[in-house]
Amino acid sequence: MLARAVTHALVGLEPRRVEVEALVHDGLPGFAIVGLPDRACAEARTRVRSGIASAELEFPRGRVTVNLAPAGLRKEGSGYDLPIALALLAASSQIPQAELSRHAAIGEIALDGRLRRVGGVLGVAEGARRLGLERLLCPWESAQEAALAGVRPVPVAHLAEAVAYLRGELEPPEVPPPADADVQLYPDLAEVRGQERARRALEIAAAGRQNLLFAGPPGTGKTMLARRLPGILPPLDEAAALEVTRIHSVAGLLPPEQPLVRMPPFRAPHHSASTAAIVGGGAGIRPGEASLAHHGVLLLDELAEFARPALEALRQPLEDGVICIARAAGRAVFPARFQLVATMNLCPCGARGDPGAVCSCAPQRLAAYRAKLSRALLDRFDLVVAVPRPRATELAAGLSEGSAVVAERVGRARELLATATLRRSPDADALLSRAVDRLPLSGRGRARVARVARTIAALAAAEEVQSEHVAEALAYRSPQELA
Amino acid sequence: MNELALAVFASETGAHLLRAPESPRWRAHLRSFDGRAYEERLAASGLRFTADLPPLLRSIHDPPVGLFVRGAAPLDLLSRPAVAIVGARACSGYGASVARSIAGEIAAAGLVVVSGLARGVDSEAHRGALDAGGTTVAVLGCGIDRDYPAAHAELARRIAETGLIVSEYAPGVEPAPWRFPARNRIVAGLCAMTVVVEARDRSGALITADLALEEGREVFAVPGEITSPLSAGTNGLLKLGASPLTSAADLGIEPAPVSDTDSLLLELLPATADELARCTGRDAADIARELVALELEGRVAAYEGVYRRIS
Repeated sequence: MLARAVTHALVGLEPRRVEVEALVHDGLPGFAIVGLPDRACAEARTRVRSGIASAELEFPRGRVTVNLAPAGLRKEGSGYDLPIALALLAASSQIPQAELSRHAAIGEIALDGRLRRVGGVLGVAEGARRLGLERLLCPWESAQEAALAGVRPVPVAHLAEAVAYLRGELEPPEVPPPADADVQLYPDLAEVRGQERARRALEIAAAGRQNLLFAGPPGTGKTMLARRLPGILPPLDEAAALEVTRIHSVAGLLPPEQPLVRMPPFRAPHHSASTAAIVGGGAGIRPGEASLAHHGVLLLDELAEFARPALEALRQPLEDGVICIARAAGRAVFPARFQLVATMNLCPCGARGDPGAVCSCAPQRLAAYRAKLSRALLDRFDLVVAVPRPRATELAAGLSEGSAVVAERVGRARELLATATLRRSPDADALLSRAVDRLPLSGRGRARVARVARTIAALAAAEEVQSEHVAEALAYRSPQELA
Repeated sequence: MNELALAVFASETGAHLLRAPESPRWRAHLRSFDGRAYEERLAASGLRFTADLPPLLRSIHDPPVGLFVRGAAPLDLLSRPAVAIVGARACSGYGASVARSIAGEIAAAGLVVVSGLARGVDSEAHRGALDAGGTTVAVLGCGIDRDYPAAHAELARRIAETGLIVSEYAPGVEPAPWRFPARNRIVAGLCAMTVVVEARDRSGALITADLALEEGREVFAVPGEITSPLSAGTNGLLKLGASPLTSAADLGIEPAPVSDTDSLLLELLPATADELARCTGRDAADIARELVALELEGRVAAYEGVYRRIS
């Protein structure tokens, strides 16, 4: 007898309907899964067999064939365990096929029959809603995530519970309401002593969603400052939160108790990261750090230590806000509209910019270090700030302004930037032209200064961009020694 | 015409020649060398050759046979009063800003700044002169058609617009370590005064200073911190009796008039923006605005986060 269950495979973030067909027929006893499963998916044979036994159900006698259609699409991961088990049970008439057809299903089965959480539930739930399937059988911990897509999740803790529910012996349990938005705690800006200019640049970057580079000797608090940026960003709006959640769901990064990502994500990959780790890819085309930082902050600590191809690969998302990954296995588009924050030393030995140390780098080595950052990439940073070594008196100073105060100003500036036009005054225009004449400032550099000046004007709640705003913006231009 | 043949022969053989050698190879070269065609090829690439050396350079003990020249300026630029500025390639922020400001003052006073287009002090000196609207001469240690280091191609283009690039080597000669000391004798030879901004012990800049002293030219050294290895060479020169240089006035140059708008910040330099904010009690945005205004007036420059006066 033949039975079907429905689930979805994710190609990038895009759900594709997958029909799980199970056929029990005469022949030598055996259990085969076809339809391009990967290792984790093919091993469902063992898990499903023992899960069915643990649920005190009967594994069908005879020859069992499971086909995952369309057979040409790669199926990855353990989320197919539940639909495979349910299709098998329907094929051996242990659950009604009619009821099963009204549900989509996803979940990994443990050897004792319990259901485990898998990544990508939100995408699968969205696929189900698009198909008109109103209910999704899923592990208990994934219920809130599935509910975000607008389907009705049927949370089950054990395979036996799923079976009882489909037989009509058990009412679906209520989905627990999402917990109150817990504010993800980022470190507080108050802990950074001194560094007034860098703090100011951080605030401007937060308000204008601008890319920021801190350059200076080691131990001056560059990383400490950069890590405090997400703490002064306003929370995500509804649409952005859902987009971010979708990506994090695929990557399996969602905390079960708080499935909707409301705070801007913060990603800080190590500098040994490969190109695929940064922009995404791999056999299953998974989102990379750049996509995981969508609507949030991507921190590249020690920028010049990253592999050059990985850095250059970031130029497309910095420009378009998306990453298109084409592989033999298929093509995927991941959103990646992140804010880039980077830190670097001024030279390989790190002594430059530190009055108490002498740089021991050979000129060629220094040139090679700086050449690693192409002009094109350096041009993408709207604000570049040299972070000098703070004096001892500065470190002894009291606490500075806290994140909450700064975040409030940032929030107000964001509102103003979204609504007001903020033109440049004639004075501001004149100053900008004078700066282009006198300073080494490219066309793109001029446009960057103009953008930063607009943000500064918004922070000052001004009605137009005045020359003082342009003047301040000019202080954060890319310094000549890095060019 | 003979000098051109000899200069090309020296470049091709890699020999340090001051006059025609007695060798069959040279005679064969001379027979086959078509001077006019060679000059036409040079002119087609915007280059020139001159055997008419400026008097100062001609008077050194091993003057080059002639100079290949790039740039549109008249050749008598090389005979104008000039100051050589040399120093470490891996200079500090201090060295870079001193080189730039001294070169700016020298150029503003109408003197020519001569240096070697190398990284560090050399390039800062060229830039300082150009930014002050002056003229500068770069002496190459490789073929006249090469930009070495390649990163300075744009700087070389700017120099050639108003000044000159010269080399004793014909087009096509590769840069080689031993050619740079030879280049230094031309840098020193073109100038009555040589300023060493920053130099380690046994730096190439000290070779230039030695050559200048041998020819009886004046050598100035910019004092540095006694603990800094980057100033070991210059402080050593001072110990040997070189004149200390703390402003362009030491060279006998009238300083350019200072603009009358005055800023309290200038008194506090060198300092980082944060130190200025703390000393004055003003906020970072305010300090940034004033520093940019001073930068645009050409009175301060920032290097690796530290602001310094440049006039």
